[in-house]
Order: sequence, then C-alpha cells, then structure tokens
Amino acid sequence: MNHLPLIIKREYLTKVRNKSFIIMTFLSPIIFVGIFALVAYLSSLNNDTVRNISILDESGLFANEFTNSSTTHYKILSGTSLADAKKEAESTEIYGLLYIPKTENLESLSKEITFYSEDSPSLSLMGNINDILEREVNTLKLKEAGIDSETIKDLHINISANQETFKGMETSKLGAGLKLGFGGLAGYLLFMFIIIYGNMIMRSVIEEKTSRVIEVIISSVKPRVLLLGKIFGTTLAGVTQFLVWVILILILMAAVTSIFGIDPTSVSASGQAIEKTVDGGTQQLIQEVMMEINNLPIANLIIMFILFFVGGYLLYASMYASVGAAVDSETDTQQFMMPILMPLILAVYVGIFTVIDNPHGTVSQVFSYIPFTSPVVMLMRIPFGVPLWQQIISVVILFATFVGMVWFAAKIYRVGILMYGKKPTYKEIFKWLKY
Amino acid sequence: MEKLLEVNNVSKTYGDYKALNDVSIEVEKGSIFGLLGPNGAGKTTLIRIINQITMPDTGSVILDGEPLQPHHIQYIGYLPEERGLYKTMKVGEQALYLAQLKGLSKQEAKERLKYWFNRLQIGDWWDKKIQELSKGMAQKIQFVVTVLHNPKLLIFDEPFSGFDPINANLIKDEILKLREDGATIIFSTHRMESVEEMCDHIALIHKSNKILDGRLIDIKRQYRSNIFEIGLKTTNHEVTSVLLKEKFEVFPATFKSINDELQYKVKIPDSVSPNDLVNYLTSQGQLTHFVEVIPSASDIFIETVQKN
Repeated sequence: MNHLPLIIKREYLTKVRNKSFIIMTFLSPIIFVGIFALVAYLSSLNNDTVRNISILDESGLFANEFTNSSTTHYKILSGTSLADAKKEAESTEIYGLLYIPKTENLESLSKEITFYSEDSPSLSLMGNINDILEREVNTLKLKEAGIDSETIKDLHINISANQETFKGMETSKLGAGLKLGFGGLAGYLLFMFIIIYGNMIMRSVIEEKTSRVIEVIISSVKPRVLLLGKIFGTTLAGVTQFLVWVILILILMAAVTSIFGIDPTSVSASGQAIEKTVDGGTQQLIQEVMMEINNLPIANLIIMFILFFVGGYLLYASMYASVGAAVDSETDTQQFMMPILMPLILAVYVGIFTVIDNPHGTVSQVFSYIPFTSPVVMLMRIPFGVPLWQQIISVVILFATFVGMVWFAAKIYRVGILMYGKKPTYKEIFKWLKY
Repeated sequence: MEKLLEVNNVSKTYGDYKALNDVSIEVEKGSIFGLLGPNGAGKTTLIRIINQITMPDTGSVILDGEPLQPHHIQYIGYLPEERGLYKTMKVGEQALYLAQLKGLSKQEAKERLKYWFNRLQIGDWWDKKIQELSKGMAQKIQFVVTVLHNPKLLIFDEPFSGFDPINANLIKDEILKLREDGATIIFSTHRMESVEEMCDHIALIHKSNKILDGRLIDIKRQYRSNIFEIGLKTTNHEVTSVLLKEKFEVFPATFKSINDELQYKVKIPDSVSPNDLVNYLTSQGQLTHFVEVIPSASDIFIETVQKN
C-alpha cells in the first residue's frame, strides 16, 4: 500500500481547486502588470512636458553652448535688464531664468550665476545647466593658460579598464551587474516561494488539526508519509501557480506594451541610457548583454538553481509543517516563526551586502555552506564562479540537513498533531522528540 | 473462544507521565468489548497503540495471531473520539479518499459507498461539502467511512456522541449487525446503559492500570451484594418492619406497585440462602415482590474507581 501518491494528489487538488487560490493565481499577474503599466504611463506623462528656460547672458560667453533638447527649450534674451527679464519670466509660462552677469574675472563669475524660478528646479535640470557652464568655464580657463581647444581634445582620453580573470576569461562591469541580477533574482524567488508556500503547508496542517480529521487519517497513514505528501502536494500546487504567473505576466506585458506603445526599458533606464539608445547603441548593448550571458556558466546555474531551490524549499517547508503541528491555530504560530524567518532574512542580507561586496570572501563562503542560508547565498555566488566541489559539498550538506529536518519535523508532527488545547513551549516540544 | 486481539503487558510513558502501566487485555472474536475508565485513565492511549498511532514502550500487541504490523491497519476500523472530516471536501470524494487510504481500490470503494449511503438513506449528500451538513449528518458519514473496508476489528470511541436518540439507535443496530456479520468490536464510552446493553466483556482502566476485566455477567456475579428487593403485605406493617430490621440489614426501597405493601431492600449474609429469606417472608405475610438487586455497570464503575 503506497499512500504517498494518493496524499499528494489530494493535497494538490484541494489547493488548486480552492477559490482564493484560483483568484490569486489570475489576479496577481493582472495587478502586477497593471501597476507596471500605470508607472510606465505616469513616467511618460512626466517626460512629455517641455520646460522653457530663458537665458540672460550679459557676459556673452555661453550663448552658443545651450542647445534645445526634447524636454528643455532655451531662449536667449538680449537687450533687457535683469529686472525686466524676471518680470517677463514670472508673467509667462517660463519655467526659469538663468542669469549670467558681465564680469572680467572667470572665477568670480562662477559664484555669481543665478537661476531664478517659481519653485525649486528639478535636480537633473540644474545638473545639466551646471555641467554646461562648468565645461565652458574650464575651456576658457585653459585657453587663458595658453592651451587651445584642439590640444584639450587630444588630451582627453577615455579610460575603461579591461577586466580579465587569470584563466583568461574576460569580465566586465556589465557582466558583474548581470551576475548580481541572476543571483539576486534566484535568491529572491526562493525567498518568496518559501514564505508563500511554506505558510500554505503550515495552514493545511493546522486545518487538519482544527477539523479533527487528523486522527482518522493517521490511523491509516504514517505521520511521516502524511508530512511528505503535504509538502510535495503543496509544492506542486505552488509550482503550478508560479508557472501560470510567469506565463500570464509575459502575455499581459506583451499586450500592454503593444497597446499603449510603452517601451518597457524606458521605465527604469536613466537619461544617459536613453541617449545611448538614441545614438544607435542599442544593438551594441544587446550584443554585449548576450555575450555576457554566454559567458555565464548556464548549465551549472540551471542545475544548481534547481537543486538549491528544491533543497532549500523542502528544508524550510518541513520546518513550517512542524510549526503547524505544534500549535492549534494560526494566531499561535508567531513565537515559532522567528527561528524560521531569522535565518531566511539573514541569508538575504548576507546575499545582498556581502556577496555584492566580495562574492568569494570568508563570510560569503561560510554562509554558503550553512544549510539554512546556503540556498540563497550560494545561488547568488554561483554566477561569479564557484568551484564545483564547493557547490557539491554545499548541496550535500543541504540535502542531508533536509533529511534530518524531516526526521525532526516528523517527530514533532507525530506528537503535535494529537495535542490539543494548550500552546506548547519550546521546552515541551523538545520533550516530544523523546516520546 | 478464539482471540482476535491480545494486548500483552503494554506500558507507555510520556515524559514523566505514565499513561499505561503493564496493561493486558484479550478480545474474543465476534464479541463486543467495552473499554471503560474515567477521563484521562489511558483508554485513548491504549486505543492509539492498537491503531499503531503510537508505539508502546514495552509489551506487545497480537492481532489475529500475528504481532502488529503496518499492513494491519486495513483490518482495523477506528472511529476516534476527536473526529472530524475535511470541511471543504465533498462527501463522496472524501469518503473515497479515506477508503483508498485503507487499501480499497477506487472502484470497490465506490460500490460499497453506494451500498452504505443507500442503507443509511444519505445518497443525495454525495456532492455536498461537509461544512454544509449538520453535526449528526457528518457523524453518519464518519461512521460509514469507519466501517467501509469491512474491518475485522472495529474500535469505536464514544460512537453515539452527536447523535439524536433516533440516530443513536440506528447506529447501535448497525453496530450489532456488524457483530453478527463477524466483526469484533472494541467500544469505549461513558454511557453505561449502552455498555449494559451491548457489551459481552468489559475492562476498566483507572490511573493507567487495568483494575477490572472479564465477562460482564461474571463481573456482575462477582459484584453481587446479596440484596433483594421485596414487597410484603402484612396485617401490621410497623411490627413486621421492626422484626425485619432486627433479623436482617435493611434499606428503604421504592418501586412501582399496585399493592399497599412494605417495600424494602434486604441484605442477607452468606450463611442465609435466598430460599431461607423467602420462607421467612412468607411466614410473615403475603410476598408480592421478590427480585435480586443486580449491580448496574454504572454502580460497578463507580464502586471500583472509588475503591482504587
């Protein structure tokens, strides 16, 4: 008599048929894409406004340096006084007035330039204006010192150091970013998965206790089998939901972008990146990204992702199940959640701060062996290249701990599911292990 | 008689608490065995050990000649005191699931469920969810699920709780019918009238120890108090009363009667036979009522527990 498939099937079907589960499965992607579309729409709205800026340049040094862009239009004033220009700027739809006084001394000039506006101007606009002024003043100063502009251009050399590992593999800043992206995404995904579906397992254990069906069930099935069936069944339901989410989000994203004509990259990309795309750098960028992706140990990543994801999830799932068995209702779970959440949060912080700083440092290494943190930390480290033997040791430790944890959880589970009424203390739970 | 179940010297300790101390019982095939005891005596622990939910620390359990093994669960049907069903699952689906856990094939389970649902006239509940049913209705489903796989050994812990008198009777008749069909039944309850009515054999557990065990009728003989309830018509009630009280230990009694008579309970010493008592009473007047007072299961329960 093999009960495991039967239990997995029931757990899976109950979860998948549950109304709130179905609603969440289809609503979440819609909400997600909806928020995304809203943000994209709002930021495009913001970018559409054109700012008109008047420039009163009494020094006559900068008039030619300001060129219109899609969001800023410059208008050079001449023959008016500052007072008149201010008055005019105030009465018309002009965003601000840049005043450059006449002066002999470039150094004092730099302190006398003023920007007038109704509200405080946006940081990026001021940055742009300051850049332009600074560049011109620098050029003028150099000219004063007897260096002509051609020499200056020749002198200006762009440095971007090539990065290469000792084994001859080329690395780059872009590559590091991508690796972080991969690792971060994997770690974050696991973290979310554990919290959402771990809780689901816990609730399903509590439900069996509160409905008092548990004793009927375990007179037919070993508690360990029931525990495993619950974990696997819920995991399958979780994977189903995740897949539906990914597919729906992709479809909806495609729909939204084509309907509203929003360029998804424009939301996060900064002004500089846009400039880069405008001057035809897009293809080059994509090429670089593709090359970097090719450089990543893809096969290793995928295999390890699956192993660590499954191992890490199962480890935490069995902990959640034993918490469910120890208590009577969900409100009592608080005190037992800490030991589960602490290592999980620790893993994410170690992942974010330490791995980014030094992916192969001692702290990162240690935490990528500890089974409670290794799934997140190791997944973040692997894109940066971790020796295979280290990965294997970590996976072995993880799965060995999982087996130990199931044994431990099954003990708590076996006793806990038949205990009603009072909330156990840690001391009592420890005693249960000896029953 | 052949034994279906033997529990030999079973002990079980939870931490510092001894739940069962060297308890042995034997259950004959085809009998109804009453497992009695005050709350917290250890009955549920014993039942859980028989169901292999918990393991005994020492001692052994033999089912039908074999030491208890995991596959034996299909021969046992257990209705726990703390019982319930998945609230959001449909009745039919749930019954099928539980039957399959007991080792029935889906097809077989379906056929037997149809039979039982028709028998208890609950066929149209198949697609209802448990949470839509009343407690008594859910209990009926629970009963069906317990007996569905035709177990050799049935264990009922408080089977009548949650039933109205009509349904309780219905279930009682079903239990008796199951016994006729060859099942052996262990029955744990606090309702002494059901014990009286149904059990062939009882065991009493108190404070983790078995303090009484045997056929109900033997136990009653053992607990007989030589007390007789009598009704006597005499010419002078006062004088006869005084005489009776001088000769025997006498307690007041009341019972329904159409006669105007003396009503007493009389205890006779071992040296006096019931015949002697009858002879004496008839010499005093007209004997209208003579019954041996049989100790009820309830009396035995209370007396034994208090003595220990």
